[in-house]
Amino acid sequence: MLIDRLKVRIAIVSVVLGALFATSFMAQSQSDAENSSSALNKQVTTGESCVKDTSWMRRNHMELLKHDRDRTLRQGIRPVDGSIKECVNCHATKDDHGQQLSINAEGEFCAGCHSFASVSIDCFDCHSTKPEESVVGTRR
Amino acid sequence: MKRVVYSGIEGRSLGYWSMMGVLALFILLAAGSFLYMEHSGHHVTGMNNQIVWGIPHVFAIFLIVAASGALNVASISSVFNQSIYKPMARMSAILALTLLAGGLVVLLLDLGRADRLIVAITTYNFKSIFAWNIMLYTGFFVIVLTYLWTMFDPAMHKHTRKAGTAAFIWRLVLTTGTGSIFGFLSARQGYDAAIMAPMFIIMSFAFGKAFFLILLLGIYNLTNRSISADLIERLKNLFGVFVAAVLYFAVVFHITNLYAAEHADYESFILVNGGIYTAIFWIGQVLIGGVIPLILLYSPMFAHSVKSIVTASILVIVGGFANIYGIVVGGQVFPLSLFPGQEVSSSFGDGVVNSYVPSLPEILLGLGGVAVAMGLFLFAIKVLRLVPNNLNAEHTETTSEVPC
Amino acid sequence: MSQKNMNNSEDKLVDAGVLSCQNKSRRNFLGKAAGASVIIAPGVTLIGISSAQSNTDVDGADSSKRWGMLIDTNQCAEGCNDCVSACQQENGWGEGSTDESHSNPEQQAQWIRTVTVRDKDTGHTNQLPMMCQHCAEPPCVDVCPTGASMQRADGIVLVDKHICIGCRYCMMACPYKARSFVHESLHDQKAYAPRGKGTVEACTLCVHRVDKGEQPACVESCSSGAMLFGDINDTNSEISKKLKEVGSTQIRADLGANPSVRYSGL
Ligand code: SF4
Repeated sequence: MLIDRLKVRIAIVSVVLGALFATSFMAQSQSDAENSSSALNKQVTTGESCVKDTSWMRRNHMELLKHDRDRTLRQGIRPVDGSIKECVNCHATKDDHGQQLSINAEGEFCAGCHSFASVSIDCFDCHSTKPEESVVGTRR
Repeated sequence: MKRVVYSGIEGRSLGYWSMMGVLALFILLAAGSFLYMEHSGHHVTGMNNQIVWGIPHVFAIFLIVAASGALNVASISSVFNQSIYKPMARMSAILALTLLAGGLVVLLLDLGRADRLIVAITTYNFKSIFAWNIMLYTGFFVIVLTYLWTMFDPAMHKHTRKAGTAAFIWRLVLTTGTGSIFGFLSARQGYDAAIMAPMFIIMSFAFGKAFFLILLLGIYNLTNRSISADLIERLKNLFGVFVAAVLYFAVVFHITNLYAAEHADYESFILVNGGIYTAIFWIGQVLIGGVIPLILLYSPMFAHSVKSIVTASILVIVGGFANIYGIVVGGQVFPLSLFPGQEVSSSFGDGVVNSYVPSLPEILLGLGGVAVAMGLFLFAIKVLRLVPNNLNAEHTETTSEVPC
Repeated sequence: MSQKNMNNSEDKLVDAGVLSCQNKSRRNFLGKAAGASVIIAPGVTLIGISSAQSNTDVDGADSSKRWGMLIDTNQCAEGCNDCVSACQQENGWGEGSTDESHSNPEQQAQWIRTVTVRDKDTGHTNQLPMMCQHCAEPPCVDVCPTGASMQRADGIVLVDKHICIGCRYCMMACPYKARSFVHESLHDQKAYAPRGKGTVEACTLCVHRVDKGEQPACVESCSSGAMLFGDINDTNSEISKKLKEVGSTQIRADLGANPSVRYSGL
């Protein structure tokens, strides 16, 4: 009985904490998305538009990427929306001397927002930060 | 029938604080080593793609094995109704928990992606014996904590036996699981043996008991509590049996391995021409961890001094460490046999004995695990009423089914 | 397969609500990928890959297939290292990569290596490439605590580095020493071959190429024709016919892992 009471209490506390955390986080990212100026985000550099509209992507790109990474890797489904390779292909830029910049370099597309929102990501521990060679030639 | 009175140790002496200080220093060094290894990557360790588990794993496995064995005294009292051991059951249980915590800390901090701890505890592959182990460890904490609760709370005393039995069974399974981590690696000659699991259980009895004896005798000595000679004698004899059993299992293990022709190479490596690994086996495991302690425990010359028991315990810990080192590292340096009976060579060490030299950060990380275990234990016996005020005959010979 | 096919199938997904992309650049990209036709090394015909390719792409790995290799050790030229170099170049490890300069040779990646086998009695030697054997019953997958080591429906064994915790148990379990642990931070990865510090990696059978209907880089590079790649479930494939014809062995068959890479001439 003692255990039960304890369990219930723990459950209540964690639900409340979780809800608080979630709402504050959502409010935060909401305002981030709305406030973020174009200075924060590097403009799309190739192609005409993203796989979804910009405001949706700002909020949900991580879900899309996460969903599709498993489809690609585990199921071998290749044509997916959430391809980090394509993010890089489109959004990585070159500096004034024509040198390719890493997409997670300071101020660049990914890092710009992520350091503003202080969300650290480990995507680029493994993933290439520069466009595919084949793309570099044809797209620019 | 006298009541057993438990109390925390005072824990204000210079001795206590300097011990804690030293342990804290080791913990800090380990934390530093972890950050260094995590930041630079494992290239700063002696580990590589041939020796993938190095000295941190030796420490971790050693502590985890010892943890299960440390529960022995408690189990004997609750499960086998040996009331003489009952007053020590609390200490025994708490030691089991702290040793396990120390071992797990090392195991987790040596992961390539220690930052993904959350993945490790939420994503399971139920086929994996390793994943099973993670659950066994978690379960061990829960069960032993419950067991402790039944010992502390007078209203729960009636459940002590049940909880003790559950803990006893659980830890046998746990050690079987730890042993099976190796037993399942059929590709490696040094591990592919069913005897691994029971051997680990026996090892756990001996190593856990060694830790327990050192701490018990140390505490009673340093806090001037008294303990009956009869009790010491019993603990010592039990310990001796375990140490002898570990030796016996080592003999059986190697003899059965010799019998299987495909393991003959590995056996001659460990027993005869393996250089440092042969030395670790004969000098570390057999001599220091087995023969000398047995002499200390049973030879009439030493048998009755507390000092010789403590010395024997320390030697068993050293020898046990050598034993695990031999299993973990020795099993890896020996080349995999890709083409049995043929000679192989390549740019990647096929067919040759690999070498492993542990680096300082790895060693410090491992020692940090021991420090965590000991520090937690010393802290626990200060803040909780775990240690019986005295362990003299009048307390221990009664059934001591009395509230504290 | 045609570009039309590809776009159609994507449209299906759009309709089904799985995707809702309205962008041209995506299409262009897909078109480009699809346009990359099946490159086949001289002397090797791959029947059955191209015909089923749209399947592989959109529905994912096909469980009716089992990709495998047959390596003719008699053809493997002593001292040749072409397959290793090709793999390094393709997947961005080893020579040519600016990474892993802090790691010692034993710590650096080894996705594929050449092994020399010498018969003690006769003195006869053979050279052969050794890499992940893409076992049907992979021990690494069995032991992996998180499920990061995994096997695709078509038999390719991969590490899901998103959830690999770097425990290295899979490396302990692998009979072939086929796996490497990344010992330091990397920066020079290939876009299609992600790899990074603290996780385990191995030969992917060039899954990114296979999914496009191409062959693994090592197979393509082998000029002596010692490596044959294909679907060993398809009785009409070149590799199945060859396997039926010549005697071949699995390395350490006694362990029961049933590797998909087989060797002949041993
Ligand atoms: S190192 Fe990664 S892939 Fe290998 S067993 Fe551990 S979690 Fe699985």
